[in-house]
Amino acid sequence: MGISGWRTKVDETMESWGKSKEALLPCLETVQEMCGYIPQEAITYLRENLDVPSIDIYGVITFYGMLTTKEQGKYVIRICDSLPCHLNKSDGVLGVIEKELGIKAGETSAERKFTLEVVPCLGLCDKAPAMMINDEIYENLTDGSIKEIIAELKR
Amino acid sequence: MERILTKNVGKPNSQDIEVYLGGGGYKALEKALGMKPEDVIAEVKKSKLVGRGGAAFPTGLKWEFTRKESAEAKFIVCNADEGEPGTFKDRVILLNDPHLLLEALVIGGYAIGTSRGFIYIRGEYYREIETVEKAIEQAKAKGYLGNNILGSDFSFNVQLYNGAGAYVCGEETGLLESMEGNRGCPDCRPPFPAQSGFLGKPTAVNNVETLCNIPAIMTNGGDWYSRIGSPDSPGPKLFCLSGQVNKPGVYELPMGITLRELIENHGEGVKGEFKAALPGGVSSSLLANLDTKLDYRSVANAGSMLGSGAVIVINKDTSMIDVAKNTIDFFAHESCGKCSVCREGTRRAREILTRFSNGGGKAEELDLLLELGEVMYDTACCGLGQASMNATASAIRLFGKEFEQKVRK
Amino acid sequence: MVTLTINGEQITVPEGTSIMRAAKQVHVDIPHLCYLEMLEPEYHCRICVVEIEGEPRLAPSCVRQVSEGMKVQTNSARVRRARRMIVELLLANHHIDCPTCERNQTCELLKLAFELGVKEIRFEGEKPHYELDKTSPAIIRDPNKCVLCGRCVRVCHDVQTVSVIGFVNRGLETMVSTFLENGLGNVECTNCGQCIHVCPVGTIKEKSAVDEVWAVLADPEKHVVVQEAPAVRAALGEELGLPAGTLVTGRMHAALRRLGFDAVFDTNFSADLTIMEEGSELVKRVKDGGVLPQITSCSPGWIKFMEHFYPDLIPNVSTCKSPQQMFGPLSKTYYAEKAGIDPTRIVSVSIMPCTAKKFEAQRPEMVDSGFPDVDYVLTTRELSRMIKEAGINFASLPKEPADELMGLYSGAATIFGATGGVMEAALRTAYKLVTGQELEKLDIMPVRGLDGVKAATVNMDGLEVKVAVTHGLGNARKVLDEVREGKSPYHFIEIMACPGGCAGGGGQPISFDLVLRGIRGQVLHNEDKGLPYRRSHDNPSIKKVYEDYLKEPLGEKSHHLLHTKYTKREVV
Repeated sequence: MGISGWRTKVDETMESWGKSKEALLPCLETVQEMCGYIPQEAITYLRENLDVPSIDIYGVITFYGMLTTKEQGKYVIRICDSLPCHLNKSDGVLGVIEKELGIKAGETSAERKFTLEVVPCLGLCDKAPAMMINDEIYENLTDGSIKEIIAELKR
Repeated sequence: MERILTKNVGKPNSQDIEVYLGGGGYKALEKALGMKPEDVIAEVKKSKLVGRGGAAFPTGLKWEFTRKESAEAKFIVCNADEGEPGTFKDRVILLNDPHLLLEALVIGGYAIGTSRGFIYIRGEYYREIETVEKAIEQAKAKGYLGNNILGSDFSFNVQLYNGAGAYVCGEETGLLESMEGNRGCPDCRPPFPAQSGFLGKPTAVNNVETLCNIPAIMTNGGDWYSRIGSPDSPGPKLFCLSGQVNKPGVYELPMGITLRELIENHGEGVKGEFKAALPGGVSSSLLANLDTKLDYRSVANAGSMLGSGAVIVINKDTSMIDVAKNTIDFFAHESCGKCSVCREGTRRAREILTRFSNGGGKAEELDLLLELGEVMYDTACCGLGQASMNATASAIRLFGKEFEQKVRK
Repeated sequence: MVTLTINGEQITVPEGTSIMRAAKQVHVDIPHLCYLEMLEPEYHCRICVVEIEGEPRLAPSCVRQVSEGMKVQTNSARVRRARRMIVELLLANHHIDCPTCERNQTCELLKLAFELGVKEIRFEGEKPHYELDKTSPAIIRDPNKCVLCGRCVRVCHDVQTVSVIGFVNRGLETMVSTFLENGLGNVECTNCGQCIHVCPVGTIKEKSAVDEVWAVLADPEKHVVVQEAPAVRAALGEELGLPAGTLVTGRMHAALRRLGFDAVFDTNFSADLTIMEEGSELVKRVKDGGVLPQITSCSPGWIKFMEHFYPDLIPNVSTCKSPQQMFGPLSKTYYAEKAGIDPTRIVSVSIMPCTAKKFEAQRPEMVDSGFPDVDYVLTTRELSRMIKEAGINFASLPKEPADELMGLYSGAATIFGATGGVMEAALRTAYKLVTGQELEKLDIMPVRGLDGVKAATVNMDGLEVKVAVTHGLGNARKVLDEVREGKSPYHFIEIMACPGGCAGGGGQPISFDLVLRGIRGQVLHNEDKGLPYRRSHDNPSIKKVYEDYLKEPLGEKSHHLLHTKYTKREVV
């Protein structure tokens, strides 16, 4: 988590895309990746450097599912509920995880360890039901495999 | 049929440029650079290749339109924002044969007359992004990207642009808005991206799979390609099979095979008994006839849409109301929200289907949903809104009894 | 030129014309909601769709251009069904309280529902439950009525270039909001209220002071004093059954008396005062080598804009308060003394064409009288509602003058309400101050009219005084950037936040039509022509206030009561 280091990386991103609006999304992704969310200082920095009003930056952040201004858990769990996963019992997956973590979809657990999200198609339809935790993929989930994965992370 | 798109999938280290070169890679690029760009486009037109992302627009024509525009800058963008539920074919190529895509992109840039290419890749595809990044570095090192490629005076560079979790950015104008740093809301067409695209400049936006056909077309000629598979929709297709089927996966097959052949010969049959299938992901209408041929025209004649070829299989144990509701949930979540009819239409459709799910439906709401579907098709700004009610409307038409049973007495 | 057929009629129009525009030639005004002339079309509402032969789907006529041989149907059954259903869908998500909604006379959604023949709303379900944004002292936003047409976003970004509201979230959660949803009061909103004029429904409105004013009018302990801005008299009639372009000065005063105000004065008096102070200030800067160009300061929307975006130019801005805020302290000091009234009993009310005046009145420094200088600000719209509530038949009222002490005014004052008016008024007096002679040709045409930036040069005894006038904050940036770069050729610049000047202020009868705003401005120029005094320094009430009270422009009392300071504000 390079909360203070994002500035350097953002400068690099602006170098490669130019200091214009086209650099906005890549810069936001850089910050999101480094901090797990987008702090207000980062928005101010981008407003000043890219000359884009804050409300426009905020409008872009809130448009995309992977960008957020709210601090998230250390592990962001994304469970797919689109049709192929749904047909392969993704509800069951969600139920097991909610029970294991004690939180519902859309919530973050105590001490900000886990954030649980239900998301649309992750492109893992042939390995349904599937989920992602941060940038790791977990496929062909069963009740048993889910419990193991969660237990491992809880440690 | 000899595999064209997935011929390298399964080879060890297939992502490595040495393996790609060893299999004859980048020879098509060499050939193309020795031709006039107009002749490259002519071959693609001869091949009758159409877009594989869902819209099925003739690729050669798209490139020709883009080339013909006079502007001080042009762009070619590969749409790798694969997001249609049931579609997972592009990731297979990105992960296993990134150089196939890069070679195609350079050829495309040459044909259109631009030195700047982008690959807009969905943000959740972490491994794929890493793989393509490495491939770009390798291609640069070997001179297949950069200045004066293969000693010609053609220069071309590729930049990766990451998506950030929005299905609607897979729509080409939504994608371009996203690249410009705006909310990814689709634009009105006309004008088309070929005339006014990225930063208002002529831009060709092509799907991953579409582009990956190009090297073979260059190598073997457009005529050869046009004779593969169905004469209406020539060429191989990457069919994605998922849902309640025993062996889900990506299958490269000629277009025109039937749904039955795909499911039984390749998917090892339905889990349970076949009820219906969505041939083009959740944007398409349900097909109940297993003998429907899977090519653009046949599927259209059957009242549905092949789209990206994402075949989702549904068995008899599954409620069609549930299926319809799941598709509407998806569109409601992914609607960009700009146009009133898609935003409000998916909102209300979701409410009505939820009521039906819970046994509280109203009889008149079924006709209302059908009317809503027609108006959404007529007036929504982009394909998302236009297609969002397809699955639901077809569920009501084909499986109306299930809905009638859930009408509140 | 392109030839096409609309509804069976063949017409020829220039290339690049939209179908919507072309349809006017066949006498069709295609129904629409999010489209507004002067703003980029953004095809959010989809109501303007038409059928084009050979195309599988309907097309948005606001943005779709004509093409040779095109065959268009604007009223087919398919089109009409689509329009009705879209309006149904919008109504299903709209907080419907038409009988009590401030916009029920001007609501475009209501009009569409009626005219398109919507019979029922077949979609039952959740309505939005957003919290109202009450963070600004001037403007309230109610997202529960928002139809997401985006007009307010376009006017704030593209015309006013303030850019504080925009679309946030996606899909069903889409809404128009501010940065981090912190509210208008916590961002750079200038309170110009142009968003109110473009909003087709009742989402945005001014924070009302009507109830408070009724209460003080009814309170026998209170002595309620009222002032009315020049632009009010040029537009008030529109709300009360009179045609646009009617001057209603006399009836306005008469109505205010009948509403129960104890003293009916006029902001035009203090507009003359502003000219005395500001003209003197300009001459002083020119003579003493002070910071130039001097920029006017009577538009509070412009002032807040300056404090956020151009605080480095504070030294250029005139230290004069606006006419409203010059009137305020005098009403509780000068007037209180003259009339022998205990100032603690005085309530100072203003009628303004402006929403930003509500913000201005509550600025913490505006207490130089020892009390809040202006207690309540009512917009033209709010006044018209009070007149209607009282059952006053406005059109039939006799024409009455204002009370003279702070109500007599010159033609220079009344033209303040038109863009270029402050400049013209100031030049008429500055000329005397510089040359000692009277300016004979009082109509300075180059500063009049609706061009975004206007410039003029006035020869004052060899001194070539260069001036510029701009209206609308987007236009203001053009001259301000020049000033910031040190390249400005001007001595004096008038800036008004609203397109058309105060005639188009946020509190005026709802309209974004620049032509109408021009007509209102012309009404004031006509009033100017017919008045006995046309220069601020000729106004007897002005001579009196200096003789009896202030002593001289820029003097100690003036400085204390009539001048102010500005504050740098952050951009979030």
